[in-house]
Amino acid sequence: MREAERPLVFLRFKFIDFRRLNGGIVVTYLVKRFLALMLLVFSVGSLATAVAETDLRQISQQLVGAKLKALPAIVEQFETGGEEALPLLDAMLNGRLFVRKSDKLIVIAERQQDGDYALVDALSAESLSPSPKKRLKKVKVNNRLRVQLREVIARITLSSDDPDIRESAVRNMLNKMSDRNIAMLAQAKKVETDSTVMALIDLALAINVLKTTDVQAERLTALEAIDGSLEPIVFNTLSALLAQDDAGNNLEADTAVRAKALKIKDRIQQKIDFYELMEKLFFGLSLGSVLLLIATGLAITFGVMGVINMAHGELIMIGAYTAYVVQLLMPNSLEYSILVAIPMAFLVAGTVGVLIERCVIRFLHGRPLETLLATFGISLILQQTVRSIFSPLNRQVSSPSWLSGSLDINPIFSLTYNRLYILLFALLVFFILQLVLKRTSLGLNVRAVSQNRSMAKAIGIRTEWVDAMTFGLGSGIAGIAGVALSQLTNVGPNLGQAYIIDSFMVVVFGGVGNLWGTLVGGFSLGILNKFLEPVTGAVLANIIILVSIILFIQKRPRGLFPQKGRAAG
Amino acid sequence: MSSIRNHFSSLHDLREKAPVFLAVLFGISIYASACNLWLPEDSIFYVSTYTITLLGKYLCYALLALAVDVVWGYCGILSLGHGAFFALGGYTMGMYLMRQIGDRGVYGDPILPDFMVFLNWQELPWFWYGFDHFWVAILAMILVPGILAFVFGWLAFRSRVAGVYLSIMTQALTYALMLAFFRNEMGFGGNNGLTDFKDLLGFNLQSDSVRVALFLCSALVLALAYCLSLLIMSSRFGRVVVGIRDAEDRARFIGFKTENYKVWLFVYSAILAAIAGALYVPQVGIINPGEFSPLNSIEVVVWVAVGGRGTLYGAIAGALLVNYAKTRFTAVFPEAWLFALGALFVGVTVFLPQGLVGLFKNKKLPWCNRKKTGEEQS
Repeated sequence: MREAERPLVFLRFKFIDFRRLNGGIVVTYLVKRFLALMLLVFSVGSLATAVAETDLRQISQQLVGAKLKALPAIVEQFETGGEEALPLLDAMLNGRLFVRKSDKLIVIAERQQDGDYALVDALSAESLSPSPKKRLKKVKVNNRLRVQLREVIARITLSSDDPDIRESAVRNMLNKMSDRNIAMLAQAKKVETDSTVMALIDLALAINVLKTTDVQAERLTALEAIDGSLEPIVFNTLSALLAQDDAGNNLEADTAVRAKALKIKDRIQQKIDFYELMEKLFFGLSLGSVLLLIATGLAITFGVMGVINMAHGELIMIGAYTAYVVQLLMPNSLEYSILVAIPMAFLVAGTVGVLIERCVIRFLHGRPLETLLATFGISLILQQTVRSIFSPLNRQVSSPSWLSGSLDINPIFSLTYNRLYILLFALLVFFILQLVLKRTSLGLNVRAVSQNRSMAKAIGIRTEWVDAMTFGLGSGIAGIAGVALSQLTNVGPNLGQAYIIDSFMVVVFGGVGNLWGTLVGGFSLGILNKFLEPVTGAVLANIIILVSIILFIQKRPRGLFPQKGRAAG
Repeated sequence: MSSIRNHFSSLHDLREKAPVFLAVLFGISIYASACNLWLPEDSIFYVSTYTITLLGKYLCYALLALAVDVVWGYCGILSLGHGAFFALGGYTMGMYLMRQIGDRGVYGDPILPDFMVFLNWQELPWFWYGFDHFWVAILAMILVPGILAFVFGWLAFRSRVAGVYLSIMTQALTYALMLAFFRNEMGFGGNNGLTDFKDLLGFNLQSDSVRVALFLCSALVLALAYCLSLLIMSSRFGRVVVGIRDAEDRARFIGFKTENYKVWLFVYSAILAAIAGALYVPQVGIINPGEFSPLNSIEVVVWVAVGGRGTLYGAIAGALLVNYAKTRFTAVFPEAWLFALGALFVGVTVFLPQGLVGLFKNKKLPWCNRKKTGEEQS
């Protein structure tokens, strides 16, 4: 209010009597007058927004103590406020809009860690002092109001500068096509430059034509315009066109329109089926990549070294807890803590692995069943250690923002970034491992020892050292898998147990001693699982896969890709 | 290894060993029962019903360990899935006990068990028919795990899946069964399993005398199983089995159909485990899918490893010892039990490959030989 009054003070200069002024004074007066004018020009600019804000304030003050029934009318008025009203409307939509009880101010509140709410003035975006919840009163919204809010926000943002915001505005309007919205869209079309937004507007207008006109030619063109679009609304519109009443009569009288609509609908249905298939495939690949990650380490320790490491799951768990600890240690850079966590997890889990090898496994060479039991004992000890240190409760590792969100390929098919990155990461780890095994001297030694231990020893390879390093490598990779898993699930002491049987299944199914087998095994089990799941349900799909692997192993005891030659012994 | 084989390949040893074992077993169980039934509660020699039930539970575990020892100790088949047979036996008994509840359940339905009423089922699933008869339950207890073991063993041994692969397969088997039994749709009570039993053959399960009877019954069955196993292992069949353990290829080349021996041994062992489960359920009063958990099956292997495999009495002693330790440990330091169990796994496999029995046997000292009989009592 104070800002609005200030210009009026300067306007008083107009009424000064010129005759009573001498020259010098006149000059001074003119300078003053000029300055005043300048000020006036500036303040008129601020006057316009100030007036708008005043109006908005008045509108928003109506929210105080308003009945739910009265709210739609108030919300409608906010549209005049333009983008200034957006934060308020957005907060209202998300249920974060409150009234401060002390001065009836409309504020946007955000819960802080200490339980109090951080307050921001809903209109001026000015930060206010935090307040406990009991001093605030929430502005209530219901679903009908939410629909209206989205519509109002869409209308306001339709003229935004950002094409993405315009796109979502049009998409929101698609869901509620009133005459007013259509008129606005027609207006917006004239100035629209972005092709995606343009296409969406065209779509909306075409659907509107289909719904409102009776002219056959126009409707057929409209149908052509929506052909091939995967927006859900298009499919619904077509379904409505083709619908029949209870007696089996077609609701749409025009046969030409109906025939065309049917054709288009079939085509869209095909596309939808295709993308659903792609989605299942992606989920399958995503699960497969998790299986690959957890099994790669085992493929080294079990496949190459022949050590049955039942503590493998716990090494994964250690990796996940490393990610958690790294996140605790660097609270200010959560975005990058995961990048630090990957090498850390490799080192920590690798060290634990080397310790296990040196202290226990090397005494049990050539006794696989005993190794199995001893490593199982180690897994119990590791589990209980973690439980004692970190408590049995699940911990959450937060995802950096570049891992959240999704890549939208079209309206019905999108890939979430975390799954996509994990898929790429699993492949990366796999290929790096292949390189290490095929191109480094360590890899050469590992292969030599795994093929013929005594011969390798005879030509001077330090088999003991190679064993420790191999086991460390496999364990380190398990740790990396743990970091990846921490992005998908909660981290708890039982994390490893959930995966140990799966990872053995993958390795055994793929063929022991064959990394490529693990790759193929992981992905095929993942895809199979996701294709079975919609038919049978998740648990039954799991059971079917376990049983079929058991049967498969009877048929091919050495897995999908058995090792050949002397190493196969 | 060879010393154990020589030790047991003659009937002479059977005649020497069995009476000692039976005397110890029956001596303790009859003493405990008598103290429970006929002594007043304030007597220092009184054995509480809780202890009796606990001892009964241990004996069931001992029978399970015996079953694992038969296949692992004598044939080298490390089964990580014997818990599955144990639980299946338990479920058959549980189903019988469930049907015995009749209309005394919470919902009072004369036919349907409570959980089915709760799930809104209208009629009994087909596989529950007949379980109101004890003999059907007994038949199912033997047939279901027996057939499962036969099919699994026949498939696995015929295609020569052995060693670690077999262990992992058995583990997958019990894991798959656990997932299956967790589903409500399976018709076995899902997550909660079967519980709230009332009586067995018309006797109230809560009464002291029935508890004691069940305990004595467990002891009797364990004794029978021990003698039968000893007999089998010292027969021609048993000697071939040990031969297969030590050199399967040679046994096959000589002309034995090794897979047949392994399958039948596996079936025998599975039935022993199932009987253990069936005795276990009325004593603890509940059976749920947790019994299928792979951890349980591996724990059994550790009992056998601690006691000493390939000796039968070693497995029994190991099961009793470890479970007693578990009871004590979990009561005093619940946190430390997994540490202790883990350390036991590692320690026994690294330092005591023959188990406690091996420890006493390898040292050819006179006092150790005497101590050996003491081992069985613990």
